[in-house]
Amino acid sequence: MHEYSIASALLRMAEEHAHKHDATHVVDLHIRVGELSGVEVSLLETAWSLVRAGSLCEGVDLSIVRVAAHWTCRDCQASLDRGGLLVCQTCGGRVVLSTGDDLVLDRIEMEVA
Amino acid sequence: MCDVCGCGDPTIVSEDLHRKILSDNDHVAAHNREHFVSRGVLSINLMGSPGAGKTALLEATRRAAPELRLAAVSGDLATEHDASRLEAVGVPARTITTGTACHLDASMVHHALHDWSDLDADVFFIENVGNLVCPAIYDLGQTANVVALSTTEGPDKPLKYPVIFYKADLVLLTKADLLPHLPDVEPKRIFDALMHVMPEPRMIVLSAITGEGLDEWLGWLRAQASNRELDRELIGGIIDA
Repeated sequence: MHEYSIASALLRMAEEHAHKHDATHVVDLHIRVGELSGVEVSLLETAWSLVRAGSLCEGVDLSIVRVAAHWTCRDCQASLDRGGLLVCQTCGGRVVLSTGDDLVLDRIEMEVA
Repeated sequence: MCDVCGCGDPTIVSEDLHRKILSDNDHVAAHNREHFVSRGVLSINLMGSPGAGKTALLEATRRAAPELRLAAVSGDLATEHDASRLEAVGVPARTITTGTACHLDASMVHHALHDWSDLDADVFFIENVGNLVCPAIYDLGQTANVVALSTTEGPDKPLKYPVIFYKADLVLLTKADLLPHLPDVEPKRIFDALMHVMPEPRMIVLSAITGEGLDEWLGWLRAQASNRELDRELIGGIIDA
């Protein structure tokens, strides 16, 4: 389960920023998880509940935004929704992923004394 | 805290980061990539299920192209079997013992590279832990991702594990010699599935036993090497083969 190592990386990042601001506690973490990020949100939440214990993130739940996979034609920029053949329905060109592989910490909110 | 005027209440500070959670891994991966590129080494992250035939592929590659200087690290939870098999056919190989970890990350590869201070190879294979899920999300510093998918795994694996196939530059359909015994497994059906998850689908049907597809695989390796404009002197073995 690689979500445990993802959760650990997230905790390191959150604590690094909390220390930078001399925060006494983290109160919210806003993260973005894409459909093709390879991360299962429920497993990430389970892993997070284990790694946060005893840290500046103790008791903090993750605010997670899920991002659907979305493709764009490299030639004509037409968009293509998930689920079908990965070929542009307008011009037959190749498509590239425009959103959906995100695994990002967008914002941290902290309490400072 | 004061419940009259609120003095002494903690202040909430918010910081926008928009930072990749795996940025530390990506930083080490970039360092690994620089290490490979500066030495003119084509590095391949070879992924696939347990038993997909990753080690057999490397053994067959060695037999088919003895002039290629190959080297490898093999991720293994508990044994050194894969690296021993590669050493036995003349491929310098080391094991990365991952314990309970289900994937390799850039740091593990970086530490393994400490054993290769004199790395002098045309192609360096990073044979990942057998798994179609976890290895897909970690950049190791490779030039290309190759997924070995064996015929016995059935035709629907690309749709069941889209992330690893989305990340793949090439899929090798291994154990093609078993196709006559697998009436429900048609390479065309597997390629059709890849067209739903892989933006630039590329698949080679291959057998390490009969040698089918090995020429095409070696041709792909040569093209990768020349595409990347690596030092021609260092990769002469690939270009001239």
